[in-house]
Amino acid sequence: MASYFFKNARVVDPVTGLDGDRDVLVVNGIIDRIGENLSASDAQTLDFTGKTIAPGFCDMHVHFREPGQEYKEDILSGAASAAAGGFTAVACMPNTDPPIDNAAVATLILKRAEGLAVDVYPIGAVTKGRKGESIAPMIELRESGCVAFSDDGSPVYNTKVLRTALEYASMLDVPVIQHAEDPHLFKGGAMNESLVSTQIGLPPISRLSEDTVVVRDIAFTAYVDGRYHLAHMSTAGAAEAVRDAKQRGLKVTSEVAPHHFSLTDEALRSYDSNYKMNPPLRTAEDVLAMKEALRDGTADAIATDHAPHAIHEKEVEFVYAPFGIIGLETAFGLSVTELLLDGWLTLPQLIEKLSTNPRRILGLPVIRIEEGQPANFSLLDLAAQWTVDVNDFRSKSRNSPFHGRVLTGKPLGIFNNGQLILNN
Amino acid sequence: MSSLSIQHLLGLDGVPREDIQLLLDSADTFLEVLDRPIKKVPTLQGKTVVNLFFENSTRTRISFELAERRLSADVVNFSASTSSVSKGETLLDTARNIEAMKVDIVVMRHAAAGAGHFLSTRCTSKFINAGDGTHEHPTQALLDMYSIRQKHGSLEGLRVCIIGDIAHSRVSLSNIYGLKTMGAEVAVCGPASMIPWQLEKLGVRVFTNVDEALRFSDVINVLRIQLERDAGADFPSLREYHNSFGITRKRLEAAGKDITVLHPGPINRGVEIESEVADGPYSVILPEVTNGVAIRMAVLYHIGTKAE
Ligand SMILES: [Zn+2]
Repeated sequence: MASYFFKNARVVDPVTGLDGDRDVLVVNGIIDRIGENLSASDAQTLDFTGKTIAPGFCDMHVHFREPGQEYKEDILSGAASAAAGGFTAVACMPNTDPPIDNAAVATLILKRAEGLAVDVYPIGAVTKGRKGESIAPMIELRESGCVAFSDDGSPVYNTKVLRTALEYASMLDVPVIQHAEDPHLFKGGAMNESLVSTQIGLPPISRLSEDTVVVRDIAFTAYVDGRYHLAHMSTAGAAEAVRDAKQRGLKVTSEVAPHHFSLTDEALRSYDSNYKMNPPLRTAEDVLAMKEALRDGTADAIATDHAPHAIHEKEVEFVYAPFGIIGLETAFGLSVTELLLDGWLTLPQLIEKLSTNPRRILGLPVIRIEEGQPANFSLLDLAAQWTVDVNDFRSKSRNSPFHGRVLTGKPLGIFNNGQLILNN
Repeated sequence: MSSLSIQHLLGLDGVPREDIQLLLDSADTFLEVLDRPIKKVPTLQGKTVVNLFFENSTRTRISFELAERRLSADVVNFSASTSSVSKGETLLDTARNIEAMKVDIVVMRHAAAGAGHFLSTRCTSKFINAGDGTHEHPTQALLDMYSIRQKHGSLEGLRVCIIGDIAHSRVSLSNIYGLKTMGAEVAVCGPASMIPWQLEKLGVRVFTNVDEALRFSDVINVLRIQLERDAGADFPSLREYHNSFGITRKRLEAAGKDITVLHPGPINRGVEIESEVADGPYSVILPEVTNGVAIRMAVLYHIGTKAE
């Protein structure tokens, strides 16, 4: 393996507390030396003046569509998209076809991801076929490499199944990741119920669909002493419930997707299906609540819910379009623009939400930028201003509502598993 | 005649007062045409209109078709049952194919809110929305407004209440937007479960008691209750609905004034409205149908002859 010398980088590591300009020498994928005014003549030198190195980001919520819908995204293109977004690890949701509800599919995903710069971890389904009726072989799935359980795309709605799943997952020391949605309230809906839905006539989904399930789930988590992670939190009510659960000392964590802290349902007035996601874009009040939740630690992680769909699937009447947008390549820029520049989070806090916390929640080793540690870096330009262009994406899909938006903060690439991947 | 500021008629939301005024005034002229022995003018000669109906609505389609033929347009009808939509073609494919056959105006009825907005940003034809999901049905609202104006002389300051399943109606939003633009006071009345979230923020009064609503109103627009949704999610039974919200002669008399009664049709007699009321002296339900053709002629004329 080659040696790389990152010269004069700003190294920010919330775990060790380091934030300063350093030279970093990586030999054979391991941090050989880190310090000031180092020299390394036989390594490939990268001038990182003005650039930042952070512990590799981990997106704990992506949909890579393999197996089953590789035309939208496969593990290779998904990993390339992750790397372009500065992510060195991703956890794949099990709503593939077939779903990750047995060891064979989990193994297939790990096999496909072998040798990549991006670490890909499967998340096992909670229930067989993601049907919500009876639990999947969770022990087997855990043994075959699954890092959590979720029926994401659908809720675990049956209360008996939820209880069993929480008990099994807690025995295996992993979280149940809930897609909180009451199917009766959700049914037929296309957007958040608000003044906007009333004005533009799209079928509404009330916030109660999310709120009530979260409140219910927290009661179960307390009762069985389980570990519960709320996926893509989007309402002020859900944030309040999670905040309260944390204060009570429950093992409850949550994530927020960049679109839920940067867009409101006002955008739906265009009937552009690139704004159609689940949970739907909410109101300005909810966006504020998401920022507040990130600031006070109610929201532990930023996760993209990267959900690729082909153009022809999105270019239809709004109500018929599938839910979901891609997010890996805009997540960092949106986080910097919406959270860092506006003072909601400090840089170390932001890195915690993108790297440290998701790894802790999934029970993965936390990345430390120290001598002797594997080099696992997100390479970042915090000051770069750039215009999002979906045509530049590494993802196979283009369904982003952020096309044309100017962002501050651009991922330069990653270093992981001995491999340097740079954008452009 | 002067010309509209809008390119398409996708809804009445945001359509300026001058445009609505122009359409209503022009309908007077076209209504006159309908009374002539030869009910046809050459206004849209050489133009092709396609009626693109993805949902059955015989009434609206016939009204548009008559309006088109009386303006001498060439008319093509396309309905979903005979279309390639059932073979998996997308709406955009369908629209682009039809457009490739060189049509000028597309009149579209579709089950999805915003379907007209979606196509109008991707195609070059002029679009007239003939009803999109539970969103808007602008020509229906225009003909309602026209019928009210015919009876009362002006819309300014009139109190109009829309009664029924407001949330699932494509008529109510268009009426609210249009009537408010023209200076009317607008209210809605129906079971709370049938009133869209935060509707009052659009500046309309909300009644859940029909007798109170009648005391407020100069005009009521009674919406059709979807019989297929009896005992569905939003109301328990047609009988209970009729008893609590149905418009009866007794209720109208108790209100103590002459209230003009509209209904966009087709009527469920004995459900949302009693026959005695529907056929009574204050009903303008049949004139509405005639006015519908005149209004659609006005819309087709102004949209169809507008330069880019
Ligand atoms: Zn989900």
